[in-house]
Order: sequence, then C-alpha cells, then structure tokens
Amino acid sequence: MTRKQRRLTLIGTAGLVLAAALGLVLFAMNDQIMFFHSPQTVAEKNVQPGTRFRLGGLVQAGSVERGPSQSVKFRVEDATGSIPVTYVGLLPDLFREGQGVVTEGVLGPDGVFKASTVLARHDETYMPREVADALKSQGHWQPGAGPQGAAAKPPLATPVSQ
Amino acid sequence: MLIEAGHFALALALGLSVVQLVVPLWGTRTDDSVLIGVAGPAALAVFTCILFSFSVLTFAYATSDFSVLNVVMNSHSTKPFIYKISGVWGNHEGSMLLWVLILALFGAVVALARDALPDRLRANTLAVQGGITVAFLLFLLATSNPFARVDPAPFEGQDLNPVLQDPGLAIHPPLLYIGYVGFSITFAFAMAALIDGRIDAVWARAVRPWTLAAWAFLTLGIAMGSYWAYYELGWGGWWFWDPVENASLMPWIAGTALVHSTVVMEKRDALKVWTILLAILTFSLSLLGTFLVRSGVLTSVHAFAVDPARGVFILGILVVFIGGSLGLFAWRAPLLRQGGLFAPVSREGALVVNNLFLATGCATIFTGTLYPLALEALTGAKISVGAPFFNTVFLPIIVPVLLLVPFGQMMAWKRGDFLGVAQRLAAAIGLSLLAVVGLLAVTRGGPVAAPLGIGLGLFLILGAFQEIVSRAFASGTSLGVGLKRAAGLPRSTWGTVLAHAGAGLTVIGIAASAWSTETIVSMRPGDRQAVGGYTAELLSVTPRTGPNYREDVIRFRIMDGTRDLGELDTMKRLYVTRNMPTTEAGIMTRGVSQIYISAGEEANGTVGIRLFYKPLILLIWLGAVVMAAGGAMSLTDRRFRVGAPAVAKRRRPEPQGQMASVPAPAE
Repeated sequence: MTRKQRRLTLIGTAGLVLAAALGLVLFAMNDQIMFFHSPQTVAEKNVQPGTRFRLGGLVQAGSVERGPSQSVKFRVEDATGSIPVTYVGLLPDLFREGQGVVTEGVLGPDGVFKASTVLARHDETYMPREVADALKSQGHWQPGAGPQGAAAKPPLATPVSQ
Repeated sequence: MLIEAGHFALALALGLSVVQLVVPLWGTRTDDSVLIGVAGPAALAVFTCILFSFSVLTFAYATSDFSVLNVVMNSHSTKPFIYKISGVWGNHEGSMLLWVLILALFGAVVALARDALPDRLRANTLAVQGGITVAFLLFLLATSNPFARVDPAPFEGQDLNPVLQDPGLAIHPPLLYIGYVGFSITFAFAMAALIDGRIDAVWARAVRPWTLAAWAFLTLGIAMGSYWAYYELGWGGWWFWDPVENASLMPWIAGTALVHSTVVMEKRDALKVWTILLAILTFSLSLLGTFLVRSGVLTSVHAFAVDPARGVFILGILVVFIGGSLGLFAWRAPLLRQGGLFAPVSREGALVVNNLFLATGCATIFTGTLYPLALEALTGAKISVGAPFFNTVFLPIIVPVLLLVPFGQMMAWKRGDFLGVAQRLAAAIGLSLLAVVGLLAVTRGGPVAAPLGIGLGLFLILGAFQEIVSRAFASGTSLGVGLKRAAGLPRSTWGTVLAHAGAGLTVIGIAASAWSTETIVSMRPGDRQAVGGYTAELLSVTPRTGPNYREDVIRFRIMDGTRDLGELDTMKRLYVTRNMPTTEAGIMTRGVSQIYISAGEEANGTVGIRLFYKPLILLIWLGAVVMAAGGAMSLTDRRFRVGAPAVAKRRRPEPQGQMASVPAPAE
C-alpha cells in the first residue's frame, strides 16, 4: 500500500467516524435537549402540554403542601404569575419557601407541572443562575442580596432525581 | 508580617518565572550553555517561593488567622483541624495557589531530572513551563490575592461550605490538579519540540513518563471526585454529566489518546504531527476546564464565586496559550519529517483508530458542554444538555473502540493479521459471549444493557490477560516456566494489561448500575423495608451534636433473611454557622455491592427514606484505581529508568551503562 493510499484510507475512515458522530449529535440535539422557562416565558411562548422542560422561579411562600408517601405540591412563581408543580420524592436539603428552585419535568394538560427532578442548591445563598437571570430581567432580584453576601460563596447545584 | 511575606514570595516567584521564561529561550537561540543552565535553578527557585507562600496560607488556616479575608470567608475556629488544612484549597484563591504550586512542582521535577533529558530540550521545556507560571501568577496576584487582609479582623469566620467538609476535599483536588496541571509539562515538551523544530524517538521517550503520570493522577482524581459526590450528595448518583465534570473528562480522554499515540511515536517514529497537536489540545482542554469552573459562565457543583474580571483574565490566558501554540504548530509542524509506514491493519493502525474514536468522543462532549453557552450568547435561549444527550451520543462512540481494545493489544506492529488475532482471542470472545447469554437467561425480563455491558467488560479483562497468556505460555510450556516468563515480561506490557483490565472493571460496574434499585418510603421506628435482597429496619432517630453541627442520626439494622448484618447510620445534619442542612448517606458494603440509605424530611413522626441497592458499584472506582496502577506500572519500566540515548553515550565506558544501548524490547 502506498503512502497516498494509506492516507486516503485514514482520511476516509476519519471522515466516516466524524460524520457518524455529527449525525448522532444532531439527532440528540433534536431529541434530548431541554429548554429553561420561567412562569412568564411559559405563558409568553405558549409552551404546549407534554413538552419536557426546566421550570425555574421562586417557591411561592405558603404554597407547599405535603401529601402521603413523599408526594408534594408547591407553586413556582415569578413576577408575572405562578405554576403549580407536583413531585414525588425527597426534596433537596435546601428546598425552602420563598427561595429559588429549578425543576425538570412535563407540563400536563391540566396546567400542572409534573416534576421528575428538583435541582438542589447546596449553598444557602445560592440562586440558580437561570432563575437569577429571569428574576433580574424582571427587576426582582439583586445580586449579592443573600444573607451573607452571595458573591463570596461557591454556588452549588446538583440535580436530585426522583 | 508572615502573611505579607507569603504575598511577597508570590511576587518574587513571578519575577523568577519571567527569568525562567526568557533566559533559557535566549540561551537556546544563541547556543549559550550558561544561559541554558539558568533554566533548572530558576525553576527550583520559583517552586521554593510558591511553596513558601502556600505554607504561609496553610499556617494562616491552621491558626485561624481571621485577619486574612480568605480565612474569614472559608474557615471557623470550631472547624475540625483536617478541614482547616483542606479548606486552604476549598475556595477559589487557595485552589488557584495549589494550581500554580503544582505547576511549579512539575517544573522543579523536570529541572531535577538531569539525566533523563537533553539540555536544550530541558531548557526550552522549562521556559514554556515558566511562561505558563507567569500567566497564572499574574492572574493570582491581579484578581485573586489569597493574602488580602481584613481590618478590623472579625472575631469568627464564616465557615467552609459544609458539603466540602469531608475527607474527599483533602484528596480529590490535589489528585485532580496533579493530573490537569501535569499535562502542562507535556504541552511544554511539545512547544519545546516545535521551537527547536526537532522531534524524534528521544522526545517521545522523554515525554511519555510525564504523560503517563499526569494521566494516572487524573484518572484517580476523577474517580475520587465521582465517589465523593456519590456518598456526599445523598442521592446515589456518581456521574452527572455536569459541565465541570465534562471539563475534567475531556482532558482525560485526550490524555488517554495521547498516552497511546506517544507509544506509536516512540516505537515506530510515526504520528509525530498528530501527537504534538494532541499534546497541545490536551492541555488546552485543561485550561478550558479552569476557565469554565472559575469564570462563572456556568452553574455547577464546582463553580466558584462569580467575578467577571477573573473570567476575562482566564479567557485571555486561554486565547494566548491556545492561539499561540496552535499558531506555532501551524508554522513549524510542516518541518517535522513523516515517520515509518504501516498497513491499516496493524498495531499502529489500531492505535490510530483508538485516537480517532477518542478524539471524536471528546469532540462530542465538547459540543454538548459548550453548545448551551454558545446558544445563550447568540439567541438568549436557555437550554440544558444533560445525561440523555451524552448517553445517546457518547456510548455509540466509546463502545466500538472498547470492543477493539483487545484486538489492538494483540496486533503486530507494521502489518497485522486480524483473523489470526481473532483466533488467539477465541477463548476470551467465547467466554464473554457465554457470560452475556447466561446473564440474559438468569435475569430474563430485566434490563438488557447490564448483561451486554458486563460481557464487554469481561472481554476487556480476558482479552488483556490473553496477551500475557499467549506470550508466556506457548503450547507445551510448563506452568513454572510460564509463570517465570510472565514475570519477566516488560513492566510496560503489564501496565497495558492492568490499565485495560481496569477499564473492563469500570465498564462492568457501570453496566451493573442498570440493576440498581431505588425505593422512597416514609418510615417510623420499627418499620421494615426490603432493599435489594436485604431488609432494612429503622431502629431509632436520635439527635446528636458534632463540633460545628447538630444532627439527627437515623439508625437502621440490615438483615439478610434472618441473619443480622449490623447497623447502618444515616444522618441529617445542620451546620450551625451557615444554617445549612446536609444529608450524610449511610452505606453498607457487601463485597463490591452497596446498600445506600439517605434521609429526607421528618414529618409527624415519620422520616422520608431513600434506599438504594447498588450491585457491583464499587467496581467503577476500583477499575479506575487499577487503571492508574497500570499507568504506575508502566512508569517503572526499565527503559524510562535508563533514560535517553544521549546519556548512554556519556556513560558508555562504564559496564552497566551498556544497558542503555540495549534497544527497548519490541512489543
């Protein structure tokens, strides 16, 4: 096999593998990617029931109701409105009323968001960035307003799956 | 005063690393051996200064000196002593100081490895390493001074984030940084080769141990981080495809490719240009990881405080080093002579396929990690790319290359025989298929992924050891002779076998996670719950007070049928200073499987309990340890100890110097 043939084989194989990988990436981008919404953008963009997305905002004060066998209902609110959420499972350590939260799940036809995951905060002053941005754009949150100065703390967020 | 001395030592280190950058480069341009000789002592001096300043910061933490802002922010007088020490790198400034300390450490080790390297190569390498040190010291001094003071000093500190108050913090970051930063030396070697326009087997042999060492440490660091997250976060996951985890996985994958391509370069003098490019890319990915973690562009378990100035600074470093190195590469790479020829089916061919798949896999992770950032910057839409994406994309790329590993390992150099290799692997293939069929039959109706994955892992292990078998136990060899021969095989062969078998163990552990079970229930004392094949009985919930926290201890008894296996405690903690609750999972290990229990909230006498049974889970991390051991084994190979041929020439008159001129065993 000459050097030229060898090079062609190499380039051909590399091209094939890369093309396959690109195909996979495009396929997965279509299928496996989730958008982030706040209650405001859910209303604005008219998100269809059945779509899977991440919903973020504040846990409405006084909205948390615990049901039997670790089920829980609460509302996620922002300046424009709120959306009811149901979740079955253990809530993360720092889930609190009046604080930021990001949940992942599906909006039902009844307008109730069925969460399969609630993202935990692992720091008491941490606000999920998406939530912070959404609230900031609505003029409702000042960076650094946490009890001990949010800027000094490493923010930590980890998904807690159902 | 001591604190200011630490600060001053950092500034001094900056000055000295400028010397380390400029003087040796000048020396190699003008062939001045005195200037070339400056490189080593300069590197040692830089390391001494940074070590001093790191010790000063550690001392400030150990003595809870609350006049230092960094200590106030991240420590507390009641914090256990070990976390006072590990807290030094539990924050942005301190961890950056550890980063440059390790950077300088590698420079110092290269400076001390006198016999292993030709002088010019060492001088150029140290100069490039000095350049990296300059950039990061500037970053540290300009944007992240760990020695900033507070006046007046507060009486008490704000404590360390409770999630970080764990032995994991003492181990994970240092291992990870040695790995991450270790690739800077490989990068510096690549730059040195380009500066000199010369690259040969001597270069490959000189670079390989550094690459191997960095790779082995990175393997351990990632595995340790994964295990830490698994037991600390309380929800039983061990890999989240979090952007920052991806940031450490990308250099690992690129580094794995590099470890393999340097073999080809060393043995066959081929793939030179690619190897240099890979060395540049690997370190660039390490830098990218640093940028992602410290710039605040993403939210993650690891992200540090958000400060735009830092992000811009690191982005600058990133652009200078990646742009500069790729520019130098484009300019000088055409000078590099093409190496030996090989047929597509050969050991070289197999290693090319390895590199192709690993690079592609790395590229897909890169895409998935950065796409959300790019999309948000361009359109403002916020998306999350998580586990489903990476599983869909990464698995189809990595599984084929894993299947090919045993074939590549057995293939001859230059021209191989695929069918012949398949014949020699017949036993391994047969046994693995048998295992798959057997497991499918036993667990009918269960997930198919687990048996298939276990079959793949088994094939990797059996295939790896097949090399030893076929090299030591040719037909008719007695057991004794065979064992002696096996022990006499080169250490690097054993290293390869171990590393590949370790990968097999990890694959088995990952595959078996498809069998893990999870139950969420409300329990009160006296309640029982099945977990895996075992039964957990909740015995009691009792409050307890720790040094800087209060906790509820929830005690379980674990039973196998009627046999008592002992008690297991899981805790719900509240760290008082930060008023922050954490979950401490209770774990019982049975063989390599684990029972894992964590607690949620208490309400009217019941506690929310999450119980997992995780079969074979420990294999994931044990496999990584075995992989790293393989790397370490390769490092002890004779040819790395003997050093480069340049040394052999000088030592030729001595009888034992002859060793060096014996060619490395062909494998």
